[in-house]
Amino acid sequence: MSMSMTTPILQPVERENYLNKEYGVWSWLLTTDHKRIALLYLISITFFFFIGGFFALLIRLELLTPVGDLVQADTYNKLFTMHGMVMVFFFLIPSIPAVLGNFLVPMMIGAKDLAFPRINLLSWYLYIIGGVMMLHCMLTGGVDTGWTFYAPFSTSFTNTNIIEAGLAIFVAGFSSILTGLNFVVTIHRMRAPGMTWSRLPLFIWAHYATSIIQLLGTPVIAVTIVLVAAERALHLGIFDPKLGGDPLLFQHLFWFYSHPAVYIMILPSMGVITEIIACFSRKRIFGYHFVAFSSIAIAVFGFLVWAHHMFVAGISVYSALVFSFLSYAVALPSAIKVFNWTATLYKGSIHYDAPMLYAFGFLGLFTIGGLTGLFLAALGIDVHVTDTYFVVAHFHYIMVGGAVMGYLGGMHFWWPKISGRLYPEGWARLAALIVFIGFNLTFFPQFVLGYMGMPRRYYDYSHMPEFQVLNVLSTAGATVLGVGYLLPMVYFLWSMRYGKPASDNPWNAAGLEWKTASPPTTFNFDAEPVVTWEAYNYEELDAPHKEGVPVAR
Amino acid sequence: MHDSSTTVVHERNGEAHAAHNPALLHHFAEPQQQRDAASLGMWVFLATEVMFFGGLFCAYLVYRQWYFGDFAAASKSINMGLGATNTAVLICSSLTVVLAVWAAQTARRSLLVGSLALTMLLGLTFLGIKGIEYRDKFVEHHVPGASFSFENEPIPGHPGQYANARHAQMFFSLYFVMTGLHALHMIIGLGIFLWLLIMAWKGRFTPEWHTPVEIGGLYWHFVDIVWIYLFPLLYLIDRHP
Amino acid sequence: MYFGVFFALLVGTGLTVYAATLDLGRYNAAVALGIATIKATLVALFFMHVWHASEKLTKLVVIAALFFLLLLLGLTMSDYATRMWS
Repeated sequence: MSMSMTTPILQPVERENYLNKEYGVWSWLLTTDHKRIALLYLISITFFFFIGGFFALLIRLELLTPVGDLVQADTYNKLFTMHGMVMVFFFLIPSIPAVLGNFLVPMMIGAKDLAFPRINLLSWYLYIIGGVMMLHCMLTGGVDTGWTFYAPFSTSFTNTNIIEAGLAIFVAGFSSILTGLNFVVTIHRMRAPGMTWSRLPLFIWAHYATSIIQLLGTPVIAVTIVLVAAERALHLGIFDPKLGGDPLLFQHLFWFYSHPAVYIMILPSMGVITEIIACFSRKRIFGYHFVAFSSIAIAVFGFLVWAHHMFVAGISVYSALVFSFLSYAVALPSAIKVFNWTATLYKGSIHYDAPMLYAFGFLGLFTIGGLTGLFLAALGIDVHVTDTYFVVAHFHYIMVGGAVMGYLGGMHFWWPKISGRLYPEGWARLAALIVFIGFNLTFFPQFVLGYMGMPRRYYDYSHMPEFQVLNVLSTAGATVLGVGYLLPMVYFLWSMRYGKPASDNPWNAAGLEWKTASPPTTFNFDAEPVVTWEAYNYEELDAPHKEGVPVAR
Repeated sequence: MHDSSTTVVHERNGEAHAAHNPALLHHFAEPQQQRDAASLGMWVFLATEVMFFGGLFCAYLVYRQWYFGDFAAASKSINMGLGATNTAVLICSSLTVVLAVWAAQTARRSLLVGSLALTMLLGLTFLGIKGIEYRDKFVEHHVPGASFSFENEPIPGHPGQYANARHAQMFFSLYFVMTGLHALHMIIGLGIFLWLLIMAWKGRFTPEWHTPVEIGGLYWHFVDIVWIYLFPLLYLIDRHP
Repeated sequence: MYFGVFFALLVGTGLTVYAATLDLGRYNAAVALGIATIKATLVALFFMHVWHASEKLTKLVVIAALFFLLLLLGLTMSDYATRMWS
């Protein structure tokens, strides 16, 4: 049963907290409170999620029939491009770090705010500026190169507004860099007394690793965008074969960032899952240090594998061998995590609240996505399934089945802390189930389609009409998935007005953030905490109460 | 991490009690923590800049390997003397930056102001010389684009062979992007130092608090280091007779 | 001490220019970059105070940045350097 049933109701007079401390638009737009900034991000990325989702809907509608009858070919190119760009750069990359990370990192380490609160606000404004530029680009015709904007099509041949899209991504990338910078400095310098590295929640380790990737990878795609823009605007010819350039150089520079970028998208989600699994198994995480170091290992190894996106592009076979081998190596730390989560569940006291349902979904779907990544890392298989729906299914299993599940699970888990309200548990479990079913119905058929040979980025598959059945299933699944995503929007908003007020720690979870009020005050803690206990001290938290008061709080 | 034996208690709304340095921001417990955070922040930012320029160095490396002769011919056509002078100018400016930091540490306000001003002057000199070089390139039709022309330039060390104009244009593309981005960083640096100069003039920096001077200095040194690599790579590809 | 480093940097610059005028074959580039690296190291260690940094973290950040830069350059070149092998 949900643990929230036994928590006391708050006093009728609302305490001062970060939400009601100041009212007015400017108190939000000029805030330096990391929690308010997190909410600003929440609204923004949800907006872009809908835009990306809208494009996905159009794609799936087109693919219901083998012929291209909904949109023209050029339009379809724009649809999958904008879907990709918006989802990757304006939803997935910021999502957990900018919303949950911003909100929780200071609290989890016992700090009053991030190291650089004004830079935090700047990073949100940069995100908004990038977002507006991308919106304008979309409204003036969009871009049709694929989210990967390969040269020389993007530099020499396309007629769409690459420069604006590129600059939008550049600005959003700067936002990402500043977030990462803030987290790294905060985690190093702002930990409360007693909060040693080994006592940090693994959510923090995950965000630290993510920040390393954001800091070291994003600048490379930034300079690549500068080169593409310079080539288009000034006819410089760096990637242009007619001038002796190498299109593969673009791909090297692009994927040097964009592969680690997928780890930016998944690592924070893994951090969320770790917190949820520990709490809802009422157990310490098995192999804390293995999980912590595997996050760092993923961040480092993630930079070693980028050319596995280029196996058939024309790189040397020897180079491909090296990258294939390294791509197998990068799976190891992720596997270690999956084993540790499983071991944590073993003999735990499992509670099936909504966050845990998302965590279970994550475990299965991320594993499938990860394993299919290994299939792709094998050169022989990749030659056949590259640029097919197999790849599309693989990365959606990780990014949607993994990252988005983690994001939703985290939003549910910390919702009481963020809003001071409880979401309706019944509806939340239903939504989790709908998301899981809808997701699998959408993307599993795509593995089969890809294996059977359906290429990606094609709007017309009339040469193979037998693909239609699976495509119809996939579109049906997408509809179900959409419903699953809409439900939380509705009941989260509902709960802000009508939800039951939450206590400080409705889940009886470990972690400093649960020692603050729900919702927290502006400076989080009344007094700076001094940490004397290990992370995930669930044995102490669940120990028999003396006189109704928990023993070690 | 600051001294863990002190448990700093703040009043209910987190407003710190009286008697601390007015430059101390509320979310920090003590000035040293704030200083360390600022310093680490700048170092981490410089790491991102290393990767930013790194992408350009990667492109340069690839094409230099491919078109060594053509790159050498193109490199010969840019002015080594001006490049070397600019290198010396930036080295001098790094010295003045170091002096400025020392002056801030030892409460020597006039030396601080003078060093900052001299640094800016040297930076402007660098940009001026760069401007002259760019103008030369424009006049010689070495700017990539429609009016680019690089005919009959001999490849150094290969008598009778002439540089491929398309490949030479690649050199110039990289030359302009790399030095252009570097110059942009110089301009931003000048903006930062202008602000430092104004603050120093107003006497805002003390031995206890002069963090902006230190981290501004770090940024300037980094821009110098980038040039230290750009100079040999762009100007000295194959200069021996 | 700062002046010592300053003179070393100027000498290094002069040396680089002089060495470029010599015919060292394949080693011209190595010499030029080697001197540049020494100069950059001097600036980092002494002008940027990395040598006397109280925090090991500063040195770690510098090393990490260099490591990833070399990764970018090295692994990319592993493709270009081996394309002609087959």
